[in-house]
Amino acid sequence: MAEMNMAKAINLAMHEAMERDKRVLVMGEDVGPDEGVFRITEGLHAKFGDKRVIDTPLAEAGIVGTAIGMAIYGLRPIAEIQFSGFEYYAYHQIEMHAGRFRNRTRGRLSCPMVIRCPSGGGIRAIEHHSESREAIYAHSPGLKVVMPSGPRNARALLHAAIQDPDPVIYYEPKALYRLFKEDVPETVETLPIGRAQVVQEGKDVTIVAYGAMVRPAIDAAEILEEEDGIRPEIIDLLTIAPMDTETIVNSVKKTGRVIIVHEGPRTCGIGSEVVARINEFALMYLEAPIRRVTGYDVPIPYFAREKAYLPDADKVVSAVREVLSFN
Amino acid sequence: MPRTPIEVPHKIEYLSILNEKGEVDTKLEPKIEPKQLKEMYRWMLLARRVDERLLKLQRQGRIGTFPQATGHEAISLGSIVNLKPSDWHVPAYRELAGFLYRGWPLESILIYWMGYEEGAQPPEGTNDLPIAVPVSSQLLHAAGLGMANNLQGDKNVVVTYFGDGGSSEGDCHEAMNFAAVFDAPVVFVCLNNQFAISVPIAKQMKNKTIAQRAIAYGMDGIRVDGNDVLAMYVATKEAVEKARRGEGPTLIEALTYRYTPHTTADDPSRYRNEDVSKEWAAKEPLIRFEKYLKAKKVMTDAEKQTMEEEIEARINEAITNAEEATKHPPLSDPLVMFDYLYKDMPDYLSLQRDELAKALGISEADDSKKNEASTAKRGG
Repeated sequence: MAEMNMAKAINLAMHEAMERDKRVLVMGEDVGPDEGVFRITEGLHAKFGDKRVIDTPLAEAGIVGTAIGMAIYGLRPIAEIQFSGFEYYAYHQIEMHAGRFRNRTRGRLSCPMVIRCPSGGGIRAIEHHSESREAIYAHSPGLKVVMPSGPRNARALLHAAIQDPDPVIYYEPKALYRLFKEDVPETVETLPIGRAQVVQEGKDVTIVAYGAMVRPAIDAAEILEEEDGIRPEIIDLLTIAPMDTETIVNSVKKTGRVIIVHEGPRTCGIGSEVVARINEFALMYLEAPIRRVTGYDVPIPYFAREKAYLPDADKVVSAVREVLSFN
Repeated sequence: MPRTPIEVPHKIEYLSILNEKGEVDTKLEPKIEPKQLKEMYRWMLLARRVDERLLKLQRQGRIGTFPQATGHEAISLGSIVNLKPSDWHVPAYRELAGFLYRGWPLESILIYWMGYEEGAQPPEGTNDLPIAVPVSSQLLHAAGLGMANNLQGDKNVVVTYFGDGGSSEGDCHEAMNFAAVFDAPVVFVCLNNQFAISVPIAKQMKNKTIAQRAIAYGMDGIRVDGNDVLAMYVATKEAVEKARRGEGPTLIEALTYRYTPHTTADDPSRYRNEDVSKEWAAKEPLIRFEKYLKAKKVMTDAEKQTMEEEIEARINEAITNAEEATKHPPLSDPLVMFDYLYKDMPDYLSLQRDELAKALGISEADDSKKNEASTAKRGG
């Protein structure tokens, strides 16, 4: 066991994967000697050199498009997009090709690759550096989308993503990079993609969250337990697509009341999909309308106002109280 | 401090070896074995006849909308013959001759234009990518394949194709820049047929040639008569050999004319003077190549006649095969739309598959996938 933060855990996973599998390489802007703008590729260039840690020209479609070619060739590229707000430049390559090659060639060609990308707000970044756009990729067939919530699951999920036979969007909640440390085991772990985790069992209400929003969900649960004497069940999705319907539905059947928390805009957000699945599989178990505590349907404000925009424990507590008081 | 000129290499050549009258520049003429010359003609003729037949099939409603490749046979075939099987072919969508030469069954081509993804499955053992509809997006895959080749220490070369319209896309710029920066062994072939659907080349760009953009990327560029199969052969051979030596990418601009509508859904009389089209008709690649072969006594009239008959028989056979294939699984089975998206089908997708099966009244007994062994292959 070693204690480390999420930045270090993601870095560790890349070190381990590159040592284990010669096909794995890292590419992106400033990932080489600079070791990434968040230093997530620390030590990789020094250890693995120019050939496997590639500083690319500043062009996101170029990074993803060439990574697709490399994946088809038989390599396992990890493409870093510096910020999720710049991933739009590569969206056509992700949607039209990474997500489709296996389907349109009836399995002859495929794109086993990982697109790593810092996501979300909360670090007082400049404009266009705080987006949460996971819903776009969850809506695109052929992709998998995962988002860790702490150091240990970050490392395990990244290993799973690298080993996955299909393209995985690996969103890193950048607010968590250095927020807290956790024990990470010596041996390499993987987490199954497509499975959520119940991070706290409860009986009164279900809080579904992921990424940086798991922390406010836990904080809210503590307040609720202390002040209201209720115990929420907290689900960390971990994988956003394909979504683990079963874990959500099982929890709803137990609690009958649900809150969904995410940073991205509400309309057609991940919460909408959670509501739809509960509607399909557990509607009759609901005892109150589901509440979504999310980013609003505006671009995430420049940092002076981002705190007001982002969900926090207080907003979650209010939503839970509202849902619990519904009769 | 002073203002001084910066020397930038700026030589761009134009290459033509066999003119429209069938006259050859003997100093530039490549040494190609008579047998291979005849084979090259046969592939080009096959592509032409397939293209003509596809048009008839489309008019009869037996295939969907498709982009014709008539007149572009020299560009595709003249370049592709320089590849080894282990090299990579990254096409756009007018490389019919190249697809056939690389071993794609004619049935696949037909099945694709009949609307089935199965026709986009590269034949086993080939290093081919399928048709790329989003223009120039494939150029980045070519650059990536070339970069991967270098990382693996292999000696393969990638040849990729795009159009004059596609030259305006950002991916085109990014791909050439990446390929140049990483010395990727990529030959970029621009099929400049002077029209992007209705927009003429003069509205596409201000520069005189597309080839000259190579200078900006630090690679070699050449403009070639795209109706001259010998010039295409020579220019690509040089570029492929250079790439294989590890000396990086080349841009070949193949100048031709779009002899047909953009696709079968297009009406060029709305936007271009068809008198100009008539002028270009005499310059098309097959006529001059045939004159050349006959003058060199490589091919006789009788041999050409035999070729035509064999091609017609093969096309007829392929149409029969393809139309028959549509009546049977997998082509007849709509449920396969779910089966190749992921290596392992997610549960929720599986539910949607069952939902469609129910909507279409397909029982489990008739479900081709559920009838297969439980270890159904969904690709590797």
